[in-house]
Amino acid sequence: MLEVNLARRTPAIRPAAVASAGPIRIAPETGEGRLSFRAKAKALGGREDVAGFAVDGAINSRKSDGDTASLRLGPDEWLFICPEGDIDDAMSAIERAMDGAAHSLVDVSHRDVTFTVSGQNADAVINAGCPLDLSLDRFPVGTASRTVFGKSDIVLARVGHHDFRVTTWRSFAPYVHGLLLDAAKDYAG
Amino acid sequence: MLLIRCPYCGERPEVEFHCGGEAHIARPDTPAEMTDADWASFLYYRTNPKGLHAERWVHNHGCGRWFNALRDTVTDAFVQTYEMGAPRPDAGNASSTATKAA
Ligand SMILES: [Zn+2]
Repeated sequence: MLEVNLARRTPAIRPAAVASAGPIRIAPETGEGRLSFRAKAKALGGREDVAGFAVDGAINSRKSDGDTASLRLGPDEWLFICPEGDIDDAMSAIERAMDGAAHSLVDVSHRDVTFTVSGQNADAVINAGCPLDLSLDRFPVGTASRTVFGKSDIVLARVGHHDFRVTTWRSFAPYVHGLLLDAAKDYAG
Repeated sequence: MLLIRCPYCGERPEVEFHCGGEAHIARPDTPAEMTDADWASFLYYRTNPKGLHAERWVHNHGCGRWFNALRDTVTDAFVQTYEMGAPRPDAGNASSTATKAA
């Protein structure tokens, strides 16, 4: 039986005033729940989704449906995103849907912090610390991948031409936030 | 920046990867029956070729998967990457350790 999550969450980081003053918006997402889901192809048995979370996307792609999203980070690894209040229901539903097939499901909502980085030149701001080619043909809308930002491990998702999500571990958040703000100064006009 | 082709993610920057040493080293089935010298050889002795070298690499800041790579130790060129469990692609001429990258 699933243990109900009783932990209370305090904000890991507060939005910086300077970030919202420039043309590039850098702000921590609030109220986002995240699940780390892992299952081999055999356990998934060719299904397209698990309790509404897509598992049929290509590696390094992001599929969204309303307020949920599914990021495929590797051959057998997904990051599921849903509203924080729905996490316990989502976990129960996934457990039912998998029906005993081998899988791993961990609530990582509190482990991670996600930043929105949006606006013209948002790609250049991320490239200040990320070596990936973020041109639209190499990193199109709907791409998501684990990568690096400066000295930190991040999950980077492109949800729009000039709209990115940067997810990192909670204790790395002040560093990532600071580096993003620093890079955005180049475009502060 | 050097690009390495992950078998799962495609070409990615080298800083996302980490090398895990020589590939295709099988752990002996019956260590208790081995001589100390043979065991030490398995544990500590590795080839150090000038030319093509089969290595284990992990895409740790990416898909997190281990895979194998043929790398030329002279030019640092990654000749080929392949999934764990697959045989060394150039097994036919692997004895020629000084083979130049194609
Ligand atoms: Zn990879």
